[in-house]
Amino acid sequence: MVSDGKPMTLFSMTENAMSAQLVRMNAATSNLANAGSVASSEDQAYRPIRAVFATELDRASGISSIRTEGLVRSEVEPNKRYEPNNPMADEDGFIWEAPVDETAEMVEIMESSRQYQNMVQALQTAKQLMLETLRSN
Amino acid sequence: MSEKIFGIHAAALELRSQRMGVLTSNIANAATPGYKARDIDFSAALDAKLDPSARTPDLVYRRPTMPSLDGNTVEMGREQVAFAENALRYSASLSFLQGKVNNITRALKGE
Repeated sequence: MVSDGKPMTLFSMTENAMSAQLVRMNAATSNLANAGSVASSEDQAYRPIRAVFATELDRASGISSIRTEGLVRSEVEPNKRYEPNNPMADEDGFIWEAPVDETAEMVEIMESSRQYQNMVQALQTAKQLMLETLRSN
Repeated sequence: MSEKIFGIHAAALELRSQRMGVLTSNIANAATPGYKARDIDFSAALDAKLDPSARTPDLVYRRPTMPSLDGNTVEMGREQVAFAENALRYSASLSFLQGKVNNITRALKGE
């Protein structure tokens, strides 16, 4: 959404970028939270989600912002394990474990938080320069 | 009129501010698949700005040092350096402008 047809500014752009990073971080955190969760059938097992980003160009200002296109559920097969004593096990004694790669999720969170920091820093610099321009006389 | 007083600096400041937007876009899209990093060709844009008959040149695409699998050409280090440099030059243009304004104020006051 090019914010209600208004021209994009540096501020609205960084705002969008930061919220996109938050979505990404939330997705990775949910994956981590569901790591190790088991289900009694393949369909019920948790599958990791990922945020998909897309660029949003504002032609008037040449600024391109970022938008979360949506969340996709990855098609990884859940890990099937034989554990007859588990209360979640089906009649054959199998459980399905969420196929979450903890290391990959941690890396995702780290990258996302770095990206967030980058945006905060860029915003701070831009704001500082604008304030200097306003106050100079 | 303003061009006579401020010379090149007013146009430069405006372009610096525009370039800041473009560079921030690059940083923001560092994780967007297929995004191509862009930049303003500063000298060409400045020439176009000073010559009213010329049309504004298009943004130029960055040539990546190493292509990545998802088609994204943002190199964080490069963008950050460009951003810092641009911010510094913005400050420089601003202080030149301030100097000009101070000169004129002094002349008006007759100090």
